[in-house]
Amino acid sequence: MDVIFNQLFVGLSIASILLLVALGLTFTFGQMNVINMAHGEFIMAGAYTTYVLQTAFGTGLLTLSFGLALPAAFLVAGTLGLILEFLVIRRLYGRPLDTLLVTWGVGLMLQQLARDIFGAQNVSVSAPGVLNGGMEIAGVSLSYSRLFIIAIVALVVVVIASYMKRTPAGRRMRAVMQNRSLASVSGVRTRRVDRTTFFIGSGLAGVAGVGISLLGAVGPTIGLNYIIDAFLVVIVGGLGQLRGAILAAIALGMANSFIEYGTTASVAKAGVFLLIVLFLQWRPQGLVVQARRGLAS
Amino acid sequence: MSSVMLEVRNLVVAFGAFHAIDDLDLTLHEHEVRFVIGPNGAGKTTLIDSITNLVRPTSGSIRFAGEELIGKSEHAIVRTGIGRTFQKPSVFDELTVLENVDIAASFRLRFRSLLKRRRGISDEVAESLDSVNLTAQRDEPAGSLSHGQKQWLEVAMVLVQRPRLLLLDEPVAGMTEKERLHTGELITQIAQQGTTVLVIEHDMDFVRRFAHKVTVMHEGKILTEGTVADVQQDETVREVYLGRPRDARGAAEALA
Amino acid sequence: MSTMAKLLPTGTPRPSAFLVRFVIMAATLLLVAPWLLSDFRLSLLAKFLCFAIIAVGIGLAYGQGGMLVLGQGLFFGIGGYAMGMHLKIVDAGEGQLPDILTYSGKYDSLPALWKPFSSAWFAIPMAILLPMAIAALLGAAIFRQRIRGPYFAILSQALAAAFVVVLVGNNALTGGTNGLTNFQSFFGLSVTSPSDQRTLYFIVVVVLLIVFLLTRELVLGRYGRVLIATRDDEDRVRFLGYDPARVKLFAYVMAAGMAGLAGALFVPVVGIISPALLGIVPSIEMVIWVALGGRTVLAWAAAGAVIVNWAKTSVSEQFPSGWLYLQGLLFVVVILYLPKGIAGAVEHIRAYIGRLPPTGGLRILMSSGDRPPKQAAKPNPTEEAA
Repeated sequence: MDVIFNQLFVGLSIASILLLVALGLTFTFGQMNVINMAHGEFIMAGAYTTYVLQTAFGTGLLTLSFGLALPAAFLVAGTLGLILEFLVIRRLYGRPLDTLLVTWGVGLMLQQLARDIFGAQNVSVSAPGVLNGGMEIAGVSLSYSRLFIIAIVALVVVVIASYMKRTPAGRRMRAVMQNRSLASVSGVRTRRVDRTTFFIGSGLAGVAGVGISLLGAVGPTIGLNYIIDAFLVVIVGGLGQLRGAILAAIALGMANSFIEYGTTASVAKAGVFLLIVLFLQWRPQGLVVQARRGLAS
Repeated sequence: MSSVMLEVRNLVVAFGAFHAIDDLDLTLHEHEVRFVIGPNGAGKTTLIDSITNLVRPTSGSIRFAGEELIGKSEHAIVRTGIGRTFQKPSVFDELTVLENVDIAASFRLRFRSLLKRRRGISDEVAESLDSVNLTAQRDEPAGSLSHGQKQWLEVAMVLVQRPRLLLLDEPVAGMTEKERLHTGELITQIAQQGTTVLVIEHDMDFVRRFAHKVTVMHEGKILTEGTVADVQQDETVREVYLGRPRDARGAAEALA
Repeated sequence: MSTMAKLLPTGTPRPSAFLVRFVIMAATLLLVAPWLLSDFRLSLLAKFLCFAIIAVGIGLAYGQGGMLVLGQGLFFGIGGYAMGMHLKIVDAGEGQLPDILTYSGKYDSLPALWKPFSSAWFAIPMAILLPMAIAALLGAAIFRQRIRGPYFAILSQALAAAFVVVLVGNNALTGGTNGLTNFQSFFGLSVTSPSDQRTLYFIVVVVLLIVFLLTRELVLGRYGRVLIATRDDEDRVRFLGYDPARVKLFAYVMAAGMAGLAGALFVPVVGIISPALLGIVPSIEMVIWVALGGRTVLAWAAAGAVIVNWAKTSVSEQFPSGWLYLQGLLFVVVILYLPKGIAGAVEHIRAYIGRLPPTGGLRILMSSGDRPPKQAAKPNPTEEAA
């Protein structure tokens, strides 16, 4: 029983990180069909933002600096995303494979930039006091920092969902995603919506970086560890679907956790991949598919 | 009466609550040329699409020479001997005209033979290029052809496959008068050689000139079937056409 | 007929134009390079030519077939490990355990995974067939469901990433992050001796030339035309009676086999195979070689592998950190401004300069693999009649 509960928590914890990273992708990949491989480096930027704020405020004000890191990382990564969109991406709409290669190149440059600024050595971010330790429920210890990540994800999901549903900007975003030309002739300024979408998607990577900085050392290639898995979440979830991404992240997290228990991390990795391919045999479009009239288009 | 080639029974194609095709029956016989007309949104293209599995029918049956087509994949359907063209001509722009026709002609080759290079031009490829007057352009990239020529090329690609049933989706749209005439003659000729042809057409003038039997579709159903003269006299057809302003002119012309 | 006359000036020996280019290229690689380059540079070139073999495969799958294969490192790695295990077993000698397997203390005798690789008759075919089999399984599952574009790219990449995790996770069996290294001999050749390294170089060149010629035949064949058609409009191809899944699968499987073959040659040439050579990062790099050279022109795809790696070596020697910026920039510039790579640029320049003699210098460099055959192969009788 304990074992199951423990693996559930581990699975949920993995799921929360996957989702945190994938949330941004549901915007850039899911809604704009841009494969932004630099998303991983935006995560890195978020993680380094946390580190910089901590260094600036000193260890006495960990909680404050950490609290500031969330919005700051969002802005830093979002701004990087805007620049990327303006300089590169907007020339490549409709060419997803090319966006993949170009943004990978941008990612490489950002990695080297981080190496030149912060050194090739990893740096570490200390968790604020309130996040040290953990609590024990039913014989399973739940670390506060992992619980905190789960809380961030939950918060971000709620904010995104209400933004998309309730605000005019969110509705415009959905309109553009569903039918770009129709949105355009209805007076939506699609270029502006694109920029906003990209800003939010990239900013979310920054937020993910803050969370990830709690889990271990921060280095220039930290994003590489997460980027592929995050894309898999989007693929399994269904393109551009928040609900799908949540379900997919939980499914993949749990699969990982339970396969790994009793086997090894590498078996889990291979096993999850196999499960994904098998799943796509059943639902090639992913878990949640947007209803569209007609199949021909 | 010759044998039944295509038999569509109780076909329904639904997109959600909307029925693009609603319980449709249609029978085509060998050597027949059937024109399908109807106002926009009548479900004409959807009919062709469901025969070739571009859209999946919700229910019903489509039998071709006795064989059920529903459930077969697109390429398997083509291999049973059904060819189609598209409203928007789609050819392979980067290949030459000749190569376009050649790969169409090679679809029954075994995979191993497909790996080899083309040696010269086979008779049927040359013939079909000739029949659509594209012999002179055969080494040009298909992308450089005019819209009308692309339509011709597409016809050549489907002809060279020698289908038993040919589905043409508005073959003369955008063509000049002379080209229309040529297309009509070609269609007649193809049918005489033993191919069953189903033509979707908007151009009533063209229909009047080349159709023997016409099926009128409206809102996913068949309104009436008969000779051109029958159809022209039919009151309901008149209503369907004249009731819709955007087709009114064409209808008035056709029915005049 | 006037346009045709322009395309095909009477008497122009187009088929032999390729032959001339090919012979010059082969002669450069087989005669000039060994004479010109030091032992060290020559074995570097051998390494790059192994990469060029991968690039030919990517040129086929990505350039002609439109499949962005981001996981070729996986196949390269399998080929490398298959060969590596065999060489390790041979180096250790009869009845002895390869050093890699002794470190963990877990094994007294060859583990089941290693055992069959004792035989070269198993190891060498497996280096090629195993990648092909894996590509066939993955490709069949993906293409049959019409999963394409970025989805395919990411899945192929995820498989390479998973493979690395498996390799690292089973370090007792695979050498972990260090991989397999310290090879002594390769079928009687000493991998450390300069003269035997030269022999290895010639082997690599010959294999590359053969792979290139065979792939070129494939591309120029009807299959190649169908592959291009599938790349440009998969759905239309379906309505010509072809199954695009099969068309794509074949190119993907061939590309995997070439990457495996390259891996098998890479091991004796470079003396190491390790996870760092085949993860996500190197796998994407492989694609940029091809994109830089020219994705639709096989010979340029292969040349791209040599050019990029040569640049990498030269730049890293002088500015160690500069290369990453430059490489990043390369991705951006090539995709944005040189979508057809160097091949496209050369074509532009040629068009700009205007008429160059048919066998002029640039023409030789332009030894293109995929120019449409037109009537090049042989003039048609009908054409003369017309």
